[in-house]
Amino acid sequence: MLFKKSLNTFGSYLVLMGKTFARPERMRNFFKQYVKELSQLGVDSIGIVLLISFFIGAVICIQIKLNIQSPWMPRFVTGYTTREIMLLEFSSSIMCLILAGKVGSNIASELGTMRVTQQIDALEIMGVNSASFLILPKITALVTMIPFLVTFSIAAGIIGAYATAWLGGVIKAEDLTYGLQYEFTEWFVWCGIIKSLFFAFIISSVSSFYGYSVEGGSIEVGKASTNAVVHSSILILFSDLILTQLLTK
Amino acid sequence: MIQINSIYKSFEDKQVLKDINISFENGKTNLIIGQSGSGKTVLMKCIVGLLTPEEGQILYDGRDLLCMKKREKKALRREIGMIFQSAALFDSMSVLENVMFPLDMFSDDTYRDRVKRAQFCLDRVNLIEAQSKYPGEISGGMQKRVAIARAIALNPRYLFCDEPNSGLDPKTSLVIDALIHSITEEYNMTTIINTHDMNSVMGIGDKIDFIFEGCKEWEGTKADIFTSTNERLNDFIFASDLLKKVKVAENNAPKK
Repeated sequence: MLFKKSLNTFGSYLVLMGKTFARPERMRNFFKQYVKELSQLGVDSIGIVLLISFFIGAVICIQIKLNIQSPWMPRFVTGYTTREIMLLEFSSSIMCLILAGKVGSNIASELGTMRVTQQIDALEIMGVNSASFLILPKITALVTMIPFLVTFSIAAGIIGAYATAWLGGVIKAEDLTYGLQYEFTEWFVWCGIIKSLFFAFIISSVSSFYGYSVEGGSIEVGKASTNAVVHSSILILFSDLILTQLLTK
Repeated sequence: MIQINSIYKSFEDKQVLKDINISFENGKTNLIIGQSGSGKTVLMKCIVGLLTPEEGQILYDGRDLLCMKKREKKALRREIGMIFQSAALFDSMSVLENVMFPLDMFSDDTYRDRVKRAQFCLDRVNLIEAQSKYPGEISGGMQKRVAIARAIALNPRYLFCDEPNSGLDPKTSLVIDALIHSITEEYNMTTIINTHDMNSVMGIGDKIDFIFEGCKEWEGTKADIFTSTNERLNDFIFASDLLKKVKVAENNAPKK
């Protein structure tokens, strides 16, 4: 029963994606929507990304210093570990999980409300491909913005780690710098960005699917919003496992 | 003219529409009336193509909607204007942008011409002063008028209104009715209105179709209502004491 339901949902998702990736009726309207979404989904998320990354960078640095650093370990291990955690997991995967909460619920509730207030029906009556008009700009905008958000997150995390050195005196800044630069692998930055592109697609398309397919009223919009966040998060974690295996081989 | 031939529609086990045959004439305000849950909205959704009936024909001036290809359907939809029960204005757009939206999507006019056309439509519904406001900043009646302006922006041949007076006070309802009626005559459109507002029925119903439990029960003009012997129609129309008294007075009036 559950398997059949899941297959049904997946089929509906594929049908919606088929409708979404149709050529937009008017490119000028598509770009207008695209720029709006860049601002709403991307630029508006910069603040929270910087804030969370800064504190997590600082906390990772403190935790590593307290729990791993010992006379038997080289002094650069704190900086080195902080960098690897930020590059490989936090700024791509964990940041996308956080964005699934912020952006995913935003997308699902916006589309769900448009559905229950008949705005999507109004688009269809006019002869507009509502899926392409509403969802395509969201997917393209989030996929465009995510590499910038990941980069900002890495930078903010490292600044957070430096803050523990400069302001908290937890670690010497020179040791941290040495650790951050020690055996730096550029590919790990690309790994984070490549993973985040997949996650951005998951967040925007899954949330759009749940919002677009709402039937009923405000309670269903709320449920769709929750489903969007939960399912996006599960899919992000699952695909993280596969992508990490593939990219770090 | 829109011709509906033997439409059937069901949801799972429940038959919602049964053998509906109706014709809606050009330049007239055609009303579909019936109790809540009688299938009026489902019928309208079938006619505009938001739902697909299991059987039957929906002919738009001879063109069958159910046999149309995707491209033909799209072209037909540009000839359709619709006013929804909730007005369905786009929250993120101003009043002017809402009216301009169909023009932005489908017109090749310059930006200036599109603005002019949208302002003309807003002026037609007496809302030019509200053009820069957002839907959340205007009243329900004004939202309905904006919806009318948006519906006529592309000069449609067919206008559909799903309970345009719901949630409005009687005075504003009369304004909306008068507006829809005058626009219908002015542009010679085929207008179809779903309603259970008796003021609309008595005021602007050129032709009325009564739906009861998914079947067409009665058709006629507003004048025919007073002489109708259909019990279900009488139960529905004369549910209020005031209208019962009007009917008695109308029937007792000396014949011309």
